[in-house]
Amino acid sequence: MKICYYPGCTLKTKARNLETAGIEAMRALDVEMEELERWNCCGVVFSLADDDLLHLLAPIRDLIRVKDAGHDKVLTLCSMCYNTLARSNLVMRDNEEKRDTINTFMEEETDYFGDVKVLHLLNFLRDEIGWDKVKAQVKVPLKGLKVATNYGCTLTRPDEVGIDSAENPTVFEDFLRALGAEPIHFPGGTDCCGTYQVMDNPEAADDAVARIITSATDYGAEAIVSSCPLCEYNVGKRQAALLEKKDDLKELPSFYLTQLLAVAFGADPESLGFELNHAGSLPLLKEKVLK
Amino acid sequence: MSEAATDMQAKLIPIFIMGKKYEVPDSLTIMKAMEYAGYQFIRGCGCRGGVCGACGTVYRKPGDYHIRVGLACQTVVEADMYLTQIPFYPANRSAFEFEKTTGEPEDVFKAYPELFRCVACNACTKVCPMDVPVMDYISAIKRGDLKKATELSFDCIQCGLCATRCMAEMAQYHIAQMVRRIHGSKGTPNADHADTMVADIKAGKFNDELADLKTKSKDELKEIYTSRPMEPAMADEFWKPDHE
Repeated sequence: MKICYYPGCTLKTKARNLETAGIEAMRALDVEMEELERWNCCGVVFSLADDDLLHLLAPIRDLIRVKDAGHDKVLTLCSMCYNTLARSNLVMRDNEEKRDTINTFMEEETDYFGDVKVLHLLNFLRDEIGWDKVKAQVKVPLKGLKVATNYGCTLTRPDEVGIDSAENPTVFEDFLRALGAEPIHFPGGTDCCGTYQVMDNPEAADDAVARIITSATDYGAEAIVSSCPLCEYNVGKRQAALLEKKDDLKELPSFYLTQLLAVAFGADPESLGFELNHAGSLPLLKEKVLK
Repeated sequence: MSEAATDMQAKLIPIFIMGKKYEVPDSLTIMKAMEYAGYQFIRGCGCRGGVCGACGTVYRKPGDYHIRVGLACQTVVEADMYLTQIPFYPANRSAFEFEKTTGEPEDVFKAYPELFRCVACNACTKVCPMDVPVMDYISAIKRGDLKKATELSFDCIQCGLCATRCMAEMAQYHIAQMVRRIHGSKGTPNADHADTMVADIKAGKFNDELADLKTKSKDELKEIYTSRPMEPAMADEFWKPDHE
């Protein structure tokens, strides 16, 4: 099966591990991710100002590229991209006035009517592949690995694009169970990691991340999994610096969901970019799973 | 009307240069038409051959809201065009120390952080007289794909019209130039034949020949120059001059 794939900028730079592991893992499921030939930044965040159409141009242009390439579905691995594309898509589908304004402004492009289905890896696996098939491909079960599920903000909110319930989502837990891991559903799992506050107000981001890590470790997690590059950066990559600042914090290795998927499917862990994650990530896998 | 134009019996058409109407021969380029109308170019005329980018021109036509562009030296006048030449538009070029660049995207991100203000409005692409997909190369740079940006921006002639239209206020063409420089020199392998030639030169391969040339008179040098082996127009890639 082939599916049109929208990578997003971060997956080509800081979060290359999210992409390479994803492509590798999907091959095992016989899914070929066909990257769009032309694409631009997704816009990163969906603008909440009601009259801000300008910031819809980038995501909508990407959706037009999907249509122009002959597809009616697009797969994302990054939950920020997923959220921005999916919400912009709804504007074009449901808001006739904004749709007309935007189509008129982008007259050099094909008119767009919000008819592309935007998918994230998790709901793609759940709804289009099925957990049974995922399970059937597992060669290295992540047995006994206690992983906290970090949904972050953008996978489940707002409701109209959420891939699962915002309050009590289960899709990440089902994903981990299919891989043989032990999901740790914890209260901080749908909290904000501090996102871009890390630039302007790093203390606020530190506090947000500390709350997530503390909550996860209190619930018995020995690692945490994310699908958002910003979550992974704040929770994973910056964790070492945070540990130095906060004495009572326990270390918590971090993964992208695609890395766990690829490891479970038997991929060579050295090819999955763990050097871009929290330093303890690969050692933990080697200790618990890759024996 | 000038005599030359009458002789050629050129058809005269009205054009509007900065709002003022002139009747000009319909076969002229915008640049020639402006000179015909009395303008004299001291700067902003450049190469007159369509490659230097000094004569970017914007125009509109009645009843059409689109901004149109062309190089004044290449674009033939059309009746009723309203035009002005934009030979210069302020655009900041970041200084960077070439030796300290790595060939990685971070070099560019550091020099031009305004890259990330792009909202993909595409106004730059629409205004490019060379049909360079400006917005696409900016997108490629943002995701660190300097190879793609190099390829997409290759036809840029640095006219700067993209920068006049950018709502993120960046100077796309300067950014692309930096990308091509650092990607070309540090992100791509050296050509083997160039490395061999440089090594040969350093080893003194041409020293005797050069020393010999220095002893020649002006006439002898002329003779050597005119009788040198020339690559034939239809030569294949393996052609080499006789003495090699």
